[in-house]
Amino acid sequence: MSLVLREEERLLKHAAQAFFPARAPVKALRVLRDTHDGSGFDRALWRDMAELGWAGILVPEAHGGSAFGYRGMGVVLEEAGRSLCASPLVGTALLGAPLIAELGSASQQAAILPAVAAGDCVLAVALEETPRHAPHQIATAAERVAGGYRLRGHKTFVLDAHVADRLLVVARTHGATDAADGLAVFLLAPATPGLAITRTPMVDSRNAAELVLDDVKLSDEALLGTANAAWPALERCLDGARAGLAAEMLGTGLEAFERTLAYLKLRQQFGVPIGSFQALKHRAALMYCELELTRSCVIAALHALDEAGTDSAELASLAKAKACDMLELVTNEAVQLHGGIGMTDLEEIGFFLKRARVQQMTFGDAEFHRARYARRRGW
Amino acid sequence: MSTLDDFRSDTRAWLEANCPPSMRTPMPEDERVWGGRQPSFKHPDSRLWLERMAARGWTVPSWPREFGGGGLDADQTQILNGEMARLRCRSPLFSFGISMLGPVLLKYGTPAQKARHLPPIARGEIRWCQGYSEPGAGSDLAALATRAEDRGDHFLVNGQKIWTSYAHYADWIFCLVRTDTSVKQGGISFLLFDMTSGGVETRPITLISGASVFCETFFTDVRVPKENLVGRLNGGWEIAKELLQHERGMIAQIGRAIGGVVPDVDVIARQYLGDAQGRIADPILRDAVARHLMNDRAFALTVRRAGEESAAGVANGGVSSMFKYYGTEQNKRKFELILKLAGTRALGWEAPGFSADELTLCRSWLRSKGNSIEGGTSEIQLNVIAKRVLGLPD
Repeated sequence: MSLVLREEERLLKHAAQAFFPARAPVKALRVLRDTHDGSGFDRALWRDMAELGWAGILVPEAHGGSAFGYRGMGVVLEEAGRSLCASPLVGTALLGAPLIAELGSASQQAAILPAVAAGDCVLAVALEETPRHAPHQIATAAERVAGGYRLRGHKTFVLDAHVADRLLVVARTHGATDAADGLAVFLLAPATPGLAITRTPMVDSRNAAELVLDDVKLSDEALLGTANAAWPALERCLDGARAGLAAEMLGTGLEAFERTLAYLKLRQQFGVPIGSFQALKHRAALMYCELELTRSCVIAALHALDEAGTDSAELASLAKAKACDMLELVTNEAVQLHGGIGMTDLEEIGFFLKRARVQQMTFGDAEFHRARYARRRGW
Repeated sequence: MSTLDDFRSDTRAWLEANCPPSMRTPMPEDERVWGGRQPSFKHPDSRLWLERMAARGWTVPSWPREFGGGGLDADQTQILNGEMARLRCRSPLFSFGISMLGPVLLKYGTPAQKARHLPPIARGEIRWCQGYSEPGAGSDLAALATRAEDRGDHFLVNGQKIWTSYAHYADWIFCLVRTDTSVKQGGISFLLFDMTSGGVETRPITLISGASVFCETFFTDVRVPKENLVGRLNGGWEIAKELLQHERGMIAQIGRAIGGVVPDVDVIARQYLGDAQGRIADPILRDAVARHLMNDRAFALTVRRAGEESAAGVANGGVSSMFKYYGTEQNKRKFELILKLAGTRALGWEAPGFSADELTLCRSWLRSKGNSIEGGTSEIQLNVIAKRVLGLPD
């Protein structure tokens, strides 16, 4: 039994199902957007999520984590995805914390992970430098200088960077710009001299920022793990983030689908509910099939990550690719089947469309993951 | 748990000892064993394999022992299937009796009907065919018009069926007949009769693939004993619908099995397009291959998840229609992609100039078109999902 929820995961799901619609409905995201909230999320809400153990799901128990694993993380992310909850769940709990747990020294872990699990430390992983996900296309250079490193470069689409308490910057300590070898991860405070952070407002009203690193001088203690050798751990953590984000996307897709289904039953034209028309029924049934397939891929990938299965990379790409294709279909259909009301800002369905495209682009879209799958398969 | 582990090791040992090595190889379609009064065993070891499996009740592992089954519970059945897959054991018997009729006889049959019909099905001694569709009753199956008149001690059957799979090889038929013309679904009954009865005639239909697996079947004053009515008079529609669920599951599997005769798309791609390292240079075709195989994997994971959910008692009611729809559409996409990958090598109709495998690609491509029509069209499956799972209004 690996593809159905276990008892403790069902309890986690119930807790998340109660929490998100009450505490972080889509309306809350609208308020963050319309008030031009500088932080783009609610820190008090994040502390409450941490109180429930969710900030530390992937933090080892020795550092105050709840250790539910990727399967547990997926359960919470799915429900967060349903309500489009703006929080550091992806950047901090899903990607940042495991990266520190994988690469950090014992003292680095002890210094940061307990605060992460408590909801007191927001993390931001600065990876991307190009418009499309290209995890080892890293031109940001970390040059060896006396007593440390000097970083120069530019980062884009860094989740939560402008509100982060610590930044994890991927830089090149060796090799050519597109080589997987020669990467390292550095831990920075946001106020480090030479580091400029600019928030970039995205279509989904969620947090992202650009970084300019202009001769940022760091001591040796800022290096997470060893120089040149970050790629295997970074790739493992990215696979976790891909599978976890696919779980969030499953939730977003399910919610958009269920709202659309409700509308098909409610909306009357020609004297009957439009959901009685076969042309629309078939489109709904197709979406149902794609959602079911996505769910299987997501839980299989999360399970493989927890078990450190040899196929976890392939399954993570499968889950992310499937979630991307599913969500593009479902959100496009959701707007179309809502008709004119679906084009209005008043109706919430548009928030799902906007969030979906950002989710699709985050950590690699379907095209990226199909190419990766093919490469791993040897063709 | 330990008893299941014991069962697994006993099963593994028995299969190792009893499944001939020749029965652990991929099975060409023409080596399938369908049983019946005049059985064909193209591969000589297939008879021995069938006899050994039937003696153990493992042609129908989950049926009760008194009817020729193995009496296994769900966990044991899953273990047996898993061990057979692990050793690549061929399925010993293909049978509509097992996959379609058996489950409804177990539920609706009288003790006498079960005792008479189930053991010969389990042993592969009687081959069954399905009399459902008619020229005027396809997707609208309940419009069927084949009449069964009550003549006291027997029914007199007159009418015509079509798309009767393998009727020309079948020994018996399970057949939907009209016993009341005043109501539609409520006037249908479920009858069993011998295909050697007077007045039964079959004519094979040549398909676009050149094969003839379906027949037109004509009934002229066929006398059917009253004891061959399954369930109550005019109660056949409920049985018919239930049987269709078993049929859908089987077609989704057969679609894969037919596909299974032909290699996966990556193998075809490497064969016809691969460079020395086996890489597919064309990025558009590589993407298409990846998309297809990833959807295959997503589907296989969904079938596995449904099995786990069913074992855990949290089954989802819509799965048979979803599997029928997705499995057959995916199989059709496989062959369309193969045509793109192999180019004109997959468009040969006869030798010379083409290998046997290449000719199989072409014929299988044509055959796959029927997967989304037989057993309820894709459009009907989507209707079923919309109504039963999604609750959309009529």
